[in-house]
Amino acid sequence: MAKIYSKKNQLTTTMKPKKEVVSFLLNYSKALHMIKVADNSFEIIAN
Amino acid sequence: MIADIQIPDALLVQDYIAGKEEALATLIKRHESKIYGFIYSKVSDRDVSNDIFQDTFIKVIKTLKSNSYNEEGKFLPWVMRISHNLVIDYFRKNKKMPLYRETEEFSVFSIMTDDALTIENQLIANQVELDIQKLIEELPEDQKEVLIMRMYKDMSFKEISELTGVSINTSLGRMRYALMNLRKVIDKHQIILTN
Repeated sequence: MAKIYSKKNQLTTTMKPKKEVVSFLLNYSKALHMIKVADNSFEIIAN
Repeated sequence: MIADIQIPDALLVQDYIAGKEEALATLIKRHESKIYGFIYSKVSDRDVSNDIFQDTFIKVIKTLKSNSYNEEGKFLPWVMRISHNLVIDYFRKNKKMPLYRETEEFSVFSIMTDDALTIENQLIANQVELDIQKLIEELPEDQKEVLIMRMYKDMSFKEISELTGVSINTSLGRMRYALMNLRKVIDKHQIILTN
């Protein structure tokens, strides 16, 4: 008996950003501190 | 993770603002496909999509960390709006700056122009500005006031009407007459005000 080759369902690939981008964002968030002085906001990136 | 599904976005945002960095990771993981997919659907370029995705979340992070975010249960629509605006900025920038490659026959300097005024034109522009200021002095006081507020102080007609104590329509009328009278004065003195 011949094998039945069923067509695989074409899965739509879920698009995602690069892992490096997400990793950068998480590190950026950890390093970023916002300080408010009077009416001004200052961003400080702690290395 | 089941725990991720149960915690609503609004709570994750609260946690993040309170200092829990893992909350941001959860939010990104939850929504990255939708946001990235949306950006890619507009720009059709993976590298550009990554850049815009990154810029989107940098704005999100800054807004949340500076406590400028108003939680109305609409985190995802807010982030999508930011990414949408960045996509528009990308297209605007691209339209203004087409990519030119220099070849032997073609130099980019043949189409680049420097829009800055020459010294001579700058002197003429300064003189024209001085002439206009003298002409404005010849206007009736109420018209002069509105014109100066509008053109030199960049005020809206609403602000002008509040400051001068008249209706917006009156301010608009005075501005209209100011310009008409200015043109009459220019014609009367036969002044040339072009550069």
